Amino acid sequence: MSEKIKIITGNDLRTGDVIWWTGEGWSRHVDNAVAVTHDADAIIARENAKQVVTDTHVIDAVAADGAVRPAHIKDRIRALGPTVRLDLSLKPADPQAGSWVI
Amino acid sequence: MYQYDQHDQAMVDARVAEFRGQVARRLSGELTEDQFKPLRLKNGLYLQLHAYMLRVAVPYGTLNSAQMRVLGDIADKYDRGYGHFTTRQNIQYNWIKLADAPDILADLAKVQLHAIQTSGNCIRNTTADHFAGAAADEVADPRPYAELLRQWSTFHPEFDYLPRKFKVAIIASETDRAAMRLHDIGIQIVKNEAGEIGCKFFAGGGMGRTPMIAPCIAEFVPALQMISFLEAALRVYNRHGRRDNKYKARIKILVHEIGVAEYSRQVQEEFAHILTLGLEPPPAELERIKGMFADPGLESGLSDDLDRSDPDFALWVDQNVHTHKQAGYAIVTISLKPVGGIPGDATAYQIRLMADLARDYSLDELRVSHAQNIVLPHVKKADLYRVWQALDAAGLATPNLDLITDIIACPGLDYCALANARSLPLAQKITDRFADIGRQRELGELKLKISGCINACGHHHAGHIGILGVDRKGVENYQLLLGGAESADTSLGTITGPGFSEDGVVDAIEKVTDVYLARREGAERFLDTYRRIGMAPFKEAIYG
Repeated sequence: MSEKIKIITGNDLRTGDVIWWTGEGWSRHVDNAVAVTHDADAIIARENAKQVVTDTHVIDAVAADGAVRPAHIKDRIRALGPTVRLDLSLKPADPQAGSWVI
Repeated sequence: MYQYDQHDQAMVDARVAEFRGQVARRLSGELTEDQFKPLRLKNGLYLQLHAYMLRVAVPYGTLNSAQMRVLGDIADKYDRGYGHFTTRQNIQYNWIKLADAPDILADLAKVQLHAIQTSGNCIRNTTADHFAGAAADEVADPRPYAELLRQWSTFHPEFDYLPRKFKVAIIASETDRAAMRLHDIGIQIVKNEAGEIGCKFFAGGGMGRTPMIAPCIAEFVPALQMISFLEAALRVYNRHGRRDNKYKARIKILVHEIGVAEYSRQVQEEFAHILTLGLEPPPAELERIKGMFADPGLESGLSDDLDRSDPDFALWVDQNVHTHKQAGYAIVTISLKPVGGIPGDATAYQIRLMADLARDYSLDELRVSHAQNIVLPHVKKADLYRVWQALDAAGLATPNLDLITDIIACPGLDYCALANARSLPLAQKITDRFADIGRQRELGELKLKISGCINACGHHHAGHIGILGVDRKGVENYQLLLGGAESADTSLGTITGPGFSEDGVVDAIEKVTDVYLARREGAERFLDTYRRIGMAPFKEAIYG
């Protein structure tokens, strides 16, 4: 069973890494993203004020079987890394790591 | 090659120090992102799909070996071991950390490189013929004029906030190797009947969502008035360019809307006024610059003999080596388009190897071509075999220049935040499909260009075969174009019809090439056949 949700993403200010809001902090793994609702704007305002993340915004996603998958291909590629360089993805040893992106 | 004087170096060093302070203030929270973003963009630092991306300017595509080596070192030290050479003759690094950016700029400054004006609505890095100074058909080396233009345009206060970005290309041959007429301003260095050097100006070209070929606005401007004329052309654009609509803000829209005659009239009027002000750089400055581009040390009396007994070497010579203006020398183009590879990418090791080869065999010079390849402009024919062996061992001897696998491709949705579709996997699939070099050579010159969005960084409008990636309800879709060209016979491609999936467009390309092979006459290139028989037979094959 899948559920349409909204999640928050951004970039680590210092490294530029793509990051996802986990409810308590930020993770580089999209599976750690949590659904946000009416509290999204407040979370973004609070986190931006800390000056450690940048380009924070809300995107559509789907939660299913313990995994979180961004709805749009651009965000899925953001979550994985370049599809032509899977060796640079977060799971370079897993040949199936990008099977859900395209 | 040009060497910085104390003023050049002081300007670049000051900029590094300034940016170091700005980055520190951002990291400390003193600057917000809204305040910092325009500052980082002024230094070529973008926030792209995965990380910060740094775009480094390669002035008119010319590098020495020390500069090239530093580009390789940066890839290792601060990035993930590779860089991407672009259609603007620049290099981009995809995985930069903000805190490292000032150190990278400092490393670049030590070898007289920078990232200034590689972003923003200003005059961007001037591009030039990548065979400049080596081509037999040029009337003069265009690079001294490009360098003068670089100095004039750097931090030019009047043109720092133009309606939109502004790109200038300069050539000095009838053969246009720089897509000159697809730039905001194109300059062709020419010689008049009196033997005087001057500039033929074109204005209002460009690709993007509204592709246009620049019309000529001045047949001959004396070379010593080039800057004044450019100043006039920019001033009219700056005065009337659309600032209310980003999509209508490029100079091509202005020239189109008011007409080339009226734009030219206003430029001439402004030009006459500027000439009265005496703003032109003194002739001695151009002479000083020219002196640095004079003969790089070419020897005379060398033999043109070449041992072609190694068939792989002979194939590479036939495809990737061009005639040099000096007997006994050749121009080598190193293809960054291996089958299955990523167009324009080179590893740190490969970049340093190319630097070493330039130092040892090319009078210390390299060029970046707008086709995302690297040029060694001055190689003795006697050294060609050694150069080829070294390139081959490093995976850099693909003999495919100007063939169907020598694909121009933008980074696309794999890296670019603006893209709608991926370019790079498609390029890989096409090179896999057409991997056989015999088949490629049978097809002959065939320039294939892929853009991942309408901004057209992959020059799809100018491809003999062009591909534009679009987003169709969240799914990648590819439009196919035929008949574009970017040389002396510049033309814009025409869309064949409905778009395709990634695999579908590869199949469609194969059908297009089948039509060409079946219908070509004599020594016609693909483009010649297309222009003779038109779109209909290709369309029939693709959709019929």
